[in-house]
Amino acid sequence: MQLTLKVWRQDNPNDPGRFETYQATDVKDEMSFLEMLDAVNENLIEAGREPIVFDSDCREGICGTCGLMINGQAHGPQKGTTTCQLHMRKFHDGETVTIEPWRAAAFPVVKDLMVDRSAFDAIIQSGGFISADTGAPRDANEILVPKPAADTAMDAAACIGCGACVAACPNGAGQLFTSAKLAHLNLLPQGQAERFKRTEDMVETMELFFGSCTNYGECQEACPKEIPIDFIAMMNRDYLKSKLANRRLSGQKH
Amino acid sequence: MTATKEPPALTGDISSPPIAPRHRRSSFPVVDLWKSSVGKKWIMGITGIMLMGFVLFHMIGNLKMYLGESHFNEYAEFLRQLLVPIVPATGVLWILRVGLLAAFVLHITCAYQLTRMNRKARPVKYQSPRDYVAVNWAARTMRWSGIIIGLFLLWHLATITWGWANPEFVNGEPYQTITASLHNPIVGGLYILANLALGLHLFHGSWSLFQTLGSLSPRFNPRHNPLRKGFAAGFAIVVAGANITFPIAAMTGVIG
Repeated sequence: MQLTLKVWRQDNPNDPGRFETYQATDVKDEMSFLEMLDAVNENLIEAGREPIVFDSDCREGICGTCGLMINGQAHGPQKGTTTCQLHMRKFHDGETVTIEPWRAAAFPVVKDLMVDRSAFDAIIQSGGFISADTGAPRDANEILVPKPAADTAMDAAACIGCGACVAACPNGAGQLFTSAKLAHLNLLPQGQAERFKRTEDMVETMELFFGSCTNYGECQEACPKEIPIDFIAMMNRDYLKSKLANRRLSGQKH
Repeated sequence: MTATKEPPALTGDISSPPIAPRHRRSSFPVVDLWKSSVGKKWIMGITGIMLMGFVLFHMIGNLKMYLGESHFNEYAEFLRQLLVPIVPATGVLWILRVGLLAAFVLHITCAYQLTRMNRKARPVKYQSPRDYVAVNWAARTMRWSGIIIGLFLLWHLATITWGWANPEFVNGEPYQTITASLHNPIVGGLYILANLALGLHLFHGSWSLFQTLGSLSPRFNPRHNPLRKGFAAGFAIVVAGANITFPIAAMTGVIG
């Protein structure tokens, strides 16, 4: 299979950037999208040219490092799949494939197809954890978790933080990521003590970097872990509750 | 656990550029909601419900047109005399008008500010064509349908309520004013277009508010049940559909 690639090249964050066209020859059906780019890069290196910079790590769809806008779709045409798990059998011979980085104010381009997603780290740092006191380890089954709560929390915890939701959203909104991270803790008994402080802090940190939700639903279609926008509804409700709950607590000395 | 006056400071190496300033938290939750985009969506959702109530009852009241001139004019007079003598004549009407005006101002202000924020969050557009998967045309055109409805509303008030620049306007004779105005095919056509825009706006809005107002009921859950899409389609079709029959009836001479 032979493909024509239109790839975004950008030398540094301040470079305006441009598309360059490459031929990918001898592409096998069973190659992953990233392996196809590896092969293109080998040819570029042999020709003495700068290889295409892109992010990748585990290449088994669980780390959230890779992520490309392929023909206008985050992570390409296959639903529920990261770029590394997208196989070339999804493309046909002679096709032109356009590859762009995620685009959002919060995700500045580092180089070519690689973006800086540290705004996600800021959201997690502001409350995406459970404060644990040190001491003797507690019995594993001491805190009972209802099965449906555990299952739903696990659905939310499937988020790998790849940023496809932000990339697919016309508003560059980070709601699906933030709501998944919130739901994964807020649904469990261990997360209840800090629930409303966490919600308030993480939502307000998100709003420093990301746009707002217009309920388009593009994020849940793009999400490689198929996280539903129900979690955004839950976040919206918890945020309002947090404004009331935290107000009651703010009368205390702190 | 205690609430703090500010969101926690950013630590570590966060190199993403912020698009909004950090807000100090107020002692009044409503001030915080106004400063937050999630809070502004709450305001849009609640004012949206108020405006949905208005368009529904406005449509139901207008159905009196089919019962004839005296029924319609009696209904108009009834609105002016609501709760008289507890309140003076047109008192309740003015309370409703002030509430509606506030809802419109808040709804439009939030929409404008959120749009500005969203543009800032995506400063560089995708250079290649985007392939949208989930979003429908009604959702993508909310801003345009909203602007069309807003402009139509001003023109509708000016010609039918206040009677500016409307040769058909007769003060105190609402049935005659509305049927004679709508008899003109250009006026009637504009009413039909504006109501199509209203239908689109209502379709996305009345689906969307369940999401924005955080409905967790499984009955309204998009994964489990299409009820809320059905509600949205039904509400939009009933309101816009019935409204569209009025200019058609006036143009074809069924009423007037």
